[in-house]
Amino acid sequence: MIKDLLNETIWSLAGNKVRSGLTILGIVIGIASVITMVAIGQGSQASIQARIQSIGSNLIIVSPGAQRTAGVSAGQGSAQSLKLEDANAIMSEVQNVAGVAPEDTHRYQVTAKGNNTNTQITGTVPDYTIVRNVAIDSGTFITAYQNQTSAKVAVIGPGVRDDLFGAGVDPTGQTIRIKNIDFQVIGLTVSKGGTGFNNADDAIYIPLSTEQHYLSGDTYITTISVSAQDSTILPTVQNDLTDLLLQRHGISDSTQADFSTINQADIIATASSITGTFTMLLASIAGISLLVGGIGIMNMMLTTVTERTREIGLRKAVGIRKIYINLQFLSEAVVLTFLGGAVGVLLGWLAALAVTKFAGITTQVSLSTVVLAFGVSAGVGIIFGFYPARRAASLSPIEALRYE
Amino acid sequence: MIECKNISKTYVNGDVETQAVRGLNFKIEKGEFVAIIGPSGSGKSSLMHILGALDTPTSGEYFLDGKEVSKLNDDDLSDLRREKIGFVFQSFNLLPRTTVLRNVTLPLLFSDATQKEREQRAREALKYAGMEESKFNNLSNQLSGGQMQRVAIARSLINNPAIILADEPTGNLDTKTSHVVMQTFLELNSRGHTIVLITHEPEIAEFAQRVITIRDGLIESDIKKK
Ligand SMILES: Nc1ncnc2c1ncn2[C@@H]1O[C@H](COP(=O)(O)OP(=O)(O)O)[C@@H](O)[C@H]1O
Ligand SMILES: [Mg+2]
Repeated sequence: MIKDLLNETIWSLAGNKVRSGLTILGIVIGIASVITMVAIGQGSQASIQARIQSIGSNLIIVSPGAQRTAGVSAGQGSAQSLKLEDANAIMSEVQNVAGVAPEDTHRYQVTAKGNNTNTQITGTVPDYTIVRNVAIDSGTFITAYQNQTSAKVAVIGPGVRDDLFGAGVDPTGQTIRIKNIDFQVIGLTVSKGGTGFNNADDAIYIPLSTEQHYLSGDTYITTISVSAQDSTILPTVQNDLTDLLLQRHGISDSTQADFSTINQADIIATASSITGTFTMLLASIAGISLLVGGIGIMNMMLTTVTERTREIGLRKAVGIRKIYINLQFLSEAVVLTFLGGAVGVLLGWLAALAVTKFAGITTQVSLSTVVLAFGVSAGVGIIFGFYPARRAASLSPIEALRYE
Repeated sequence: MIECKNISKTYVNGDVETQAVRGLNFKIEKGEFVAIIGPSGSGKSSLMHILGALDTPTSGEYFLDGKEVSKLNDDDLSDLRREKIGFVFQSFNLLPRTTVLRNVTLPLLFSDATQKEREQRAREALKYAGMEESKFNNLSNQLSGGQMQRVAIARSLINNPAIILADEPTGNLDTKTSHVVMQTFLELNSRGHTIVLITHEPEIAEFAQRVITIRDGLIESDIKKK
């Protein structure tokens, strides 16, 4: 009996290749597009969050200039209101601070061995590595002694290394020229995989005192990065240091502050809401293709109803019981949707991999999307494949045979 | 074996009511060869569908082997059609794009018979219906009208039914082929199958022992040859 069922199913599907093919195609397109799109959305979301995490741990960024709404380019205020002493005060007076890294960042032309690049030069202190999660690949980071002595040493990012010395070269011991001053390279940072501006890989770190003395020529700094001891006290630390700086700058009205602070949790929340919208957008586009695929399946199933109703009438006329007819049509619909579903999942997953490989966008295929996409098209396929057949099977054979 | 008591069939299509069969009473005994004759639209097919348990009468009672058919449920009707009745449609009703053998074994689907037994029985039935063996694996749409009719007859024979019902079995065939097909029915009748066939050609009705003439859903005459 089971053998007859399978046999009839295969016979019927193979005997109507165009119909079977188009139905499967509808399912494949629907499922594959949903999986790929949502994979792109969720992948981007995850990678953006990971990148934000990588800029530091429990970070609060203080920038000069008026308070702005959560922007991503933290640290490049144009106003001059922060000084090294502010950073030192935060370290010594605010509770629960794990580290403070003042920095003064400006872009300069850098040359080495005839190559040249324009990049951001950050003058900072040893704590920078803790506060901003910077790891050293080879050599060392700036030391406190080098800061005291305004040593002309530099730690470079892998992006700068690639531009100046070529990929894979160990730059330690080499010399680079910034604003006509020679700096000795003492270290190389580990890549953070950033792109675009504010790229942590495309940066050069030198002692803050050296930077102020030889490059900027003033005592202002562009950013103070503060690391709180843990994420729960992040808002408290942010409030405390804001109060401290207001007091130090002699400002009583906090809306008149000449600096702004932003914490990492806020940045993550903002970015998440942006990427969430993006994912929703992709998901709705994908949902539409799923719908179109579903309508395709439905259409295919319904247009064949006439022919199939006659076939059902004939089967009944020769004495096949209703239950077997129902089972056969159910099995046809199940086989079609599962074949289409399997191909669709595979294709969607391969497409996601291809997007990662060729477009460099991180993708994340999630089980829930696979289940959802599969469920929707399987549901449509089974309902519209099975329901008309079920109805036809309960007609009298003559009614079914006469069906127009 | 067959007994109709005041059988009638009315089709309702929107506001239009068509009385195809209007209260027929007759009996057909086991082993009879009956021709039902009448002009087109006189209700022959409607009656035949009721006799074949393919459709239910609007009113009246139909007994087959003493059982009231209109009281049976859907599954019992299927079983009845499969086990007792072979139906030959005027328009053949073969499965398209399907081999002759597969068409003939269709009524055996989901039965206990093995694939081998099924094919064996199909071959016998086909030979019996006069089908050339070389065409057994042809697709149904590659056959001539006469060949399709033989396949349809073979399919009706596959379960060795007590009754064979044929709705204008020669309607789509030329005279020579018609006669060959009628010979087949005669032979089936001589082997004990009860046969009821519809025709509108008196010449074809000549083959039968009993001729029931129907006009406007009523029996006009019922003549038994000796
Ligand atoms: N399904 C149907 N719906 C409505 N009217 C029908 C239907 N089937 C048959 N009829 C009508 O019933 C009458 C008898 O038809 P039928 O039994 O096919 O006659 P015959 O087989 O003698 O030509 C005709 O008038 C026909 O139009
Ligand atoms: Mg007719």
